[in-house]
Amino acid sequence: MSKMHVKLTVNGKQVEGLAEPRTLLIHFLREDLKITGPHIGCETSHCGACTVDIDGKSVKSCTTFVAQVNGADVTTVEGLTNDDGSLGVLQEMFREHHGLQCGFCTPGMITRAHRLLQENPNPTEEDIRFGMSGNLCRCTGYQNIVKAIAASADMLNAQKEAAE
Amino acid sequence: MIPAGFEYHRPGDIASAIGILQEHGDEARVIAGGHSLIPMMKLRMAEMGHLVDLQAIEELKGIEIGADTVSLGAMVTQHELITHDGLATAIPLIREAALQVADPQVRYVGTVGGNVANGDPGNDMPGLMQCLNATFELSGPDGRRSVAAREFYEAAYFTARDDEEILTRISIPVPGAGVGQAYEKQKRKIGDYATAAAAVMVGNGQASVAMTNLADTPVWSESASNALADGDVSGCVAAMLDAIDPVADNRGPVEFKKHVAAVMLRRAIERAQSRAD
Amino acid sequence: MNDQTLTPEERAANLKGMGSSRKRVEDVRFTQGKGNYVDDIKLDGMLFGAFVRSPYAHARVVSVNKEAALAIPGVVAVLTAEDLAPLGLHWMPTLAGDKQMVLADGKVLFQGQEVAYVVAENRYIAADAAELVEVDYEELPVLTDPFEALKSDVVLREDLAGQTDGAHGPRKHHNHIFTWEQGDKDATEAVLGEADVVAEEMVYYHRTHPCPLETCGCVASMDKVTGKLTLYGTFQAPHAIRTVVSLISGLAEHNIRVISPDIGGGFGNKVGAYAGYVCSVVASIVTGQPVKWVENRMENLMSTAFARDYWMQGKIAATKDGKITGLWCHTTADHGGFDACADPTKFPAGFMNICTGSYDIPTAYLAVDGVYTNKAPGGVAYRCSFRVTEAAYFIERMIEVLAIKLNMDAAELRRINFIKADQFPYQSALGWEYDSGDYHTAWDKALKAVGYEGLRAEQAQRIEDFRAGKTRKLLGIGLTHFTEIVGAGPVKNCDILGLGMFDSCEIRIHPTGSAIARLGTISQGQGHATTFAQIIASEIGLPADDITLEEGDTDTAPYGLGTYGSRSTPVAGAATAMAARKIRAKAQMIAAYLLEVHDNDVEWDVDRFAVKGAPERFKTMKEIAFAAYNQAIPGLEPGLEAVSYYDPPNMTYPFGAYICVMEIDVDTGEWDVRQFYALDDCGTRINPMIIEGQVHGGVTEALAIAMGQEIAYDEMGNVKTATLMDFFLPTAWETPNYTTDHTVTPSPHHPIGAKGVGESPNVGGVPAFSNAVHDAFRPFGLVQSHMPHDHWRIWKIANGLGMHG
Repeated sequence: MSKMHVKLTVNGKQVEGLAEPRTLLIHFLREDLKITGPHIGCETSHCGACTVDIDGKSVKSCTTFVAQVNGADVTTVEGLTNDDGSLGVLQEMFREHHGLQCGFCTPGMITRAHRLLQENPNPTEEDIRFGMSGNLCRCTGYQNIVKAIAASADMLNAQKEAAE
Repeated sequence: MIPAGFEYHRPGDIASAIGILQEHGDEARVIAGGHSLIPMMKLRMAEMGHLVDLQAIEELKGIEIGADTVSLGAMVTQHELITHDGLATAIPLIREAALQVADPQVRYVGTVGGNVANGDPGNDMPGLMQCLNATFELSGPDGRRSVAAREFYEAAYFTARDDEEILTRISIPVPGAGVGQAYEKQKRKIGDYATAAAAVMVGNGQASVAMTNLADTPVWSESASNALADGDVSGCVAAMLDAIDPVADNRGPVEFKKHVAAVMLRRAIERAQSRAD
Repeated sequence: MNDQTLTPEERAANLKGMGSSRKRVEDVRFTQGKGNYVDDIKLDGMLFGAFVRSPYAHARVVSVNKEAALAIPGVVAVLTAEDLAPLGLHWMPTLAGDKQMVLADGKVLFQGQEVAYVVAENRYIAADAAELVEVDYEELPVLTDPFEALKSDVVLREDLAGQTDGAHGPRKHHNHIFTWEQGDKDATEAVLGEADVVAEEMVYYHRTHPCPLETCGCVASMDKVTGKLTLYGTFQAPHAIRTVVSLISGLAEHNIRVISPDIGGGFGNKVGAYAGYVCSVVASIVTGQPVKWVENRMENLMSTAFARDYWMQGKIAATKDGKITGLWCHTTADHGGFDACADPTKFPAGFMNICTGSYDIPTAYLAVDGVYTNKAPGGVAYRCSFRVTEAAYFIERMIEVLAIKLNMDAAELRRINFIKADQFPYQSALGWEYDSGDYHTAWDKALKAVGYEGLRAEQAQRIEDFRAGKTRKLLGIGLTHFTEIVGAGPVKNCDILGLGMFDSCEIRIHPTGSAIARLGTISQGQGHATTFAQIIASEIGLPADDITLEEGDTDTAPYGLGTYGSRSTPVAGAATAMAARKIRAKAQMIAAYLLEVHDNDVEWDVDRFAVKGAPERFKTMKEIAFAAYNQAIPGLEPGLEAVSYYDPPNMTYPFGAYICVMEIDVDTGEWDVRQFYALDDCGTRINPMIIEGQVHGGVTEALAIAMGQEIAYDEMGNVKTATLMDFFLPTAWETPNYTTDHTVTPSPHHPIGAKGVGESPNVGGVPAFSNAVHDAFRPFGLVQSHMPHDHWRIWKIANGLGMHG
């Protein structure tokens, strides 16, 4: 199968490579770019472990051909760390509130929560639970994930206020 | 789960897309959001030599709210349906149903055109569109034609669309003032296909009811709709139970599905009536 | 502020030792996507393996044609049983004393069974090639029902033809595996015969699957120059895997290095040895290149392990006042095509004989018959100690059934039958010695916390409203008091493949007063790097933040049996405390030398040894550590390190009281958990934050199991629930908030009194949810209905009770 030239912006950096059109975005990220934060959990778009942000949308990268997103701007969990290397707000709050255990769902959870808070900076618990319903976790029972996201919203709002 | 290989096409207009379909015949398929098709490809239950991605075709995009008609481009996503304020005012039923489709990630990329054109009896939009009496616009080698949603579905995954046609837009008459609408869906968990779902419009002496995942096509029933228009809820439910034909699966046996079909329909009617002026 | 001005309490707090809700050290990596899971490993020249699997549940494999597959560029090899046979690797021993095909040897016994193994340059080519391997099957009659299997003429295991003895005694039929009996049959039957009341019921605990979010996988890398095999994989027991690989491959054990990297959840799924590991090792040896195999989700649900599938026929006898006099249980255990259950060798049905639960039952009898069927092998302890969830579910259902028969409140029936606090250590009728417990205190606290009386009053009103047509929703109050048996276990009766189930810890103190500890266990999300450092911090007075924890590399970690069955804290945690105490003992001698007093004239004070009666004269552990490396101390070797191999004297017996309040829609079968209260007593609590997290997660797994999750087969042996569309894993939307609580009854035999907690919530949660469903329908005549309680099955209960008009 002939390969196509793929160009993406990933976590702010221009990247390119050759890939078969059938290459799934998750494999392109993990195998070609060695960005291994997004994980493969269910492969049928049910678990959300592979969630990345593409042009401002949360997308399951195991159910996306790299050909479909050629030219797109992709953010993975690796891109949510602060520029100085410290943990971003969501990352810090997941740690603070014990919102992870085995860590396998965490990159997808945090990436999805990032988009959720961009769209809804003041979510209720119900908003969070509904907005995170495309991400499965087998360890935490979600209670602390919900707490971590609510705490992140508070902290981001406080930071925004302080900046204004 | 790895899909078989294919050539990828990203045409910029409808004519080019149809040209590719004509050239490759059975070997080509269009892809919109891909969240129905790609899992099937990964399971190797769908294989094709050519994949025609519709994302670059501007004519397939956009939501237009007219006085009498709403027009949805086939590539409008569920997420856009949910977040479009004008649409929520004109036909609130669409937002209510779209919120019950899959999960947030899938709704960002899943399209209304893909949902109605695929012919999957589990999809929510076909029944909804039948309830709303929508019309699907198809473009093919011979030009454009329109097919009523109520006449579009032939069997599971079989529709009135020809292989070389693309479903381009959906036109929906705006329900008159005073018409109440409701979508009720029972599912095993959030994001699942319906165990049973009901779309109902009622008011001004008119009514329309359709149901999802209770036969190999969506089920709109004229006699059920007429009964409800006459205010006969029990008659409506009885007519609908005659029209559906569920099969047993992991969601439950036939008698259970028939029972919850009636429950969903009654609940949708009640809620729609409460919203009618 | 310095050491002199801090109070002992402040100094203790600075250690972040036991009892502290220390934040997890693992999370800095995981939250940034910097975990290192097996599929993240990429080695030079690495190949990828993929299986060709049987679409049939029972069939002869007539032929396998590899030609078309081998013709694809990039395909390196296609292995079949024929290729493995000369190496003696076409079959492998199972943990249960049976053997299992690595690749189909003439026939297949379950859908998804491995038939051929394709090795290619990448996973895309491997998948394409697997599609092209042509297998000719001849279908055979399928047996999916264990009761039918025991009557059928169809022989599933032709390889065992004529063998009337199995690994666990006589076989009664060609599809029978073993009978395991515990307790006193005659005495129990006599009690049943004389009892005022006997309740009898079949309790089925359906087949399900642990389904961690990360599937199983490995990377095998044979270095032909050094002759050393490195095997990375999702192993809950890396050392045992090393020994098993050595025994079955013939490679010397010192030439095998097994590494468990980060593991994305295990829950028992990653205890077993699977065909993928064997084939990858063989492929790497044959090709001289590293070979990765990672199963997909369907393969995971269809072939690597299952859990439960126990049909438990029960009889419980009591006086008319509700005092239980005897318990009888006969279990038919569906083990699938091969007996690959992961249990200690002497326990073919695990610790099912904990099924007398929290109750003082003087006489009991248990028999378990293992049966072959055309289902996947590998009965694992899905977030529980071996078969303890089955036992707890059984007794907690039987208590409810008895309460119905006696027309008694089920909370009161439990209370009058609990083992009393002064009866511990308690000798159970089925052979266990419960170490400690205070069930009445826990129970009363739980009932009070939920306002039990008020809930019953509300329920009574609800029933009245329902009967009056005012509501279509019922209220269920699900009660459970469970007792677990974890921490396997004493070497005298617990081993796996002959390996005693001790565990280990090695601690090295560095000169500057920081440390590294290595254990024979492996975390899969439990937070060992955080909590075991806390044990050491409290024991030797160095801050937990200065202690690195390592697990999972058999070249560096001391031998241990791994992490499952809630054994890490009871066994490796004890080893950790014991190793730390060895260090403290040496530190005491060093401190005495430095302080120029006799060893017995110094005493331990949080983080230092001080001269008795002169607390201002002391040496901190940090100072002692440096002295261990720079002073020539008469009679003492330099350095400060210790290792402990801990053989526990007994199991530990965590317990808890769980209460679930559930709303049920009788028309749709939909449910909503309104309240869930979980009181756990896991003895000494090391990290309350992590304990709470374990409870949240375990109860959520229990919710899934009780309310919808199953591995279901049709009559052809096809798996009906092989993707996450149909295999129920709840999302944040279905999952309620939980209220956690605790009592503390330390284990008397454990060095720090800890009992383990990771599995309690699954063990206690399942009966709490199931009992809530049953309780809602009890006033309308329901006695017993099988899980999972998904919508249609709940609807069916209501329908059967005539509640749909």
